[in-house]
Amino acid sequence: MNQQASLAIEATGLVKSFGETRAVDGVDLAVRRGSVYGVLGPNGAGKTTTVRMLATLLRPDAGTARVLGHDVVKEADAVRGLVSLTGQLASVDEDLTGRENLILIGRLLGLKRSAAKARATELLEAFGIAEAAGKLVKHYSGGMRRRLDIAASIVVTPELMFLDEPTTGLDPRSRNQVWDIIRALVGEGTTVLLCTQYLDEADQLADGIAVIDHGKVIAEGTPGQLKASVGSGALHVRLLDPDQRPEAERLLARELGAVHLEPDPAALSAACSDGERAAEAVAALARSGVGIANFSLDRPSLDEVFLALTGHPAEEQSPEDAAATPEEHAA
Amino acid sequence: MSATPTTRPPSSAAAEAALRKALASTPRPPRASALSAALTFGWRGMLKVKHVPEQLLDVTITPVMFVLMFTYLFGGAIAGSTGEYLDYILPGVLVMSVLFTTVYSGVALNTDVTKGVVDRFRSLPTWRPAPLVGALLGDSVRYLVAGTVITVLGVALGYRPGAGLPGVVAALALVIVFAFGLSWVFTTLGLLMRSPNAVMNAGFMGIFPLTFLSNVFVEPETLPRALEAFVNVNPISILADASRGLMEGNVAGADIAIVLATAAALTAVFAPLTTYLYRTRS
Repeated sequence: MNQQASLAIEATGLVKSFGETRAVDGVDLAVRRGSVYGVLGPNGAGKTTTVRMLATLLRPDAGTARVLGHDVVKEADAVRGLVSLTGQLASVDEDLTGRENLILIGRLLGLKRSAAKARATELLEAFGIAEAAGKLVKHYSGGMRRRLDIAASIVVTPELMFLDEPTTGLDPRSRNQVWDIIRALVGEGTTVLLCTQYLDEADQLADGIAVIDHGKVIAEGTPGQLKASVGSGALHVRLLDPDQRPEAERLLARELGAVHLEPDPAALSAACSDGERAAEAVAALARSGVGIANFSLDRPSLDEVFLALTGHPAEEQSPEDAAATPEEHAA
Repeated sequence: MSATPTTRPPSSAAAEAALRKALASTPRPPRASALSAALTFGWRGMLKVKHVPEQLLDVTITPVMFVLMFTYLFGGAIAGSTGEYLDYILPGVLVMSVLFTTVYSGVALNTDVTKGVVDRFRSLPTWRPAPLVGALLGDSVRYLVAGTVITVLGVALGYRPGAGLPGVVAALALVIVFAFGLSWVFTTLGLLMRSPNAVMNAGFMGIFPLTFLSNVFVEPETLPRALEAFVNVNPISILADASRGLMEGNVAGADIAIVLATAAALTAVFAPLTTYLYRTRS
């Protein structure tokens, strides 16, 4: 199989502006068929805009994208016939029942009435919403709603599924249920493009990850590669006396480099992979009379990846970010 | 309202097998035809009426109030007797209540857009205007309900249309065709405004004066010259005249032609505009 045929998504230089704001500023993506590809970034990074362009809902200002071999602008209809989209806000009709929602989608996709009904029943049972099948969706819990949304996306099995923040706002139990469904879906051969602002979600599910910030891909690779590229984990230190933090910051910066001040005024951390160097850094603090309450060397997480790449934590949202996302607030 | 149903995750082995089976590839059926897709969206509109029958109150109670109020409050003053005024006002209220209902087409579309369900519809491989055409087909049923309620009320109050039932049916059909054309104006508005309420306010700000500045309630001869001139060219006046004519059996063919032409013109301009806005909205 050549490179072209093995790619589910191939995007080059995608750009989309809303007024003055460049929501997406030259995004390149290459997603293998059958993989789960994570697009990771904070609110307003341009994830949703990118997905909406790939799903033919938005026309790119510049750049090209092919989805399953079809151009998203020139062959939009062919793309729509192969993909499905689960939006950031559950895109189901809350004034209908769960069953009616699934029948509606089935009929629109061309299923006969009886086939649409049978498929709805099957999905409702498989997704654990059979009991609420006849209830209006507006009375569903967040987790049920999200499962119904995913069910609506697979009434006819898509070759590629866009999952835009499928677990945002869900409790941990519902989130695990959604993850199980995504894993099962991938097990059946569907390619998934997963947008998320949760680092552990990408870590758990994705084979490859693009980290996106301010409309640009700032890093790409497997979760392992990304962690390795930052070097590793972090040394976390908690001081006895918060007043000594500036001194500790200076020492750790000298020993290890980039230092991150934690919200706790007595805590700070620094990127570090090497146990020996961490021990030396701690020793240096002790020698200078900085009192240490406790310290630990963490396994590297994508949080640190994000911090190292962008200089700000992934889940923080600055006011500019909020202003930079007209599409995500309108959604 | 009922309590939020509890979630029941697929946990057992049987449930997992069911999940796997449901996720296994299903063959893709041939695409739905344009007609089938539009009718499916019409069905969706019907379901909403089924779940929230209260929304039919708009199209039933309001016109009933108007008929009763105008007939008994102003009938004597305007036409000399309530009976005579009823003959004049009943076709007029039919026109008014159906046209008022068209605003809700825009409100419903805006609600879909605000809630995100439109993204799902737009990502499906269906005939592009299907959601819009289908919704308007569904709305036609509401127009039909409004029209029927008014006619039945009129007959109960003593209205005896000269052309009988066929005349009433013809008048109702003409009003619905015009309403279909006018709806596109409000769906355009529905895609331009920010909230369903804004659509409602803007819509009524337009349709309310237009309806009152027509011959729905009063004979234009009684009006100041400039106003009379406006009322006479107002398409709503012509629609009301045509409806009266159809119900009485003395309709002017020119009136029907103007009404149909206006509906066609509105559709020709605003249907493509709505479709364009719907397709390209970000």
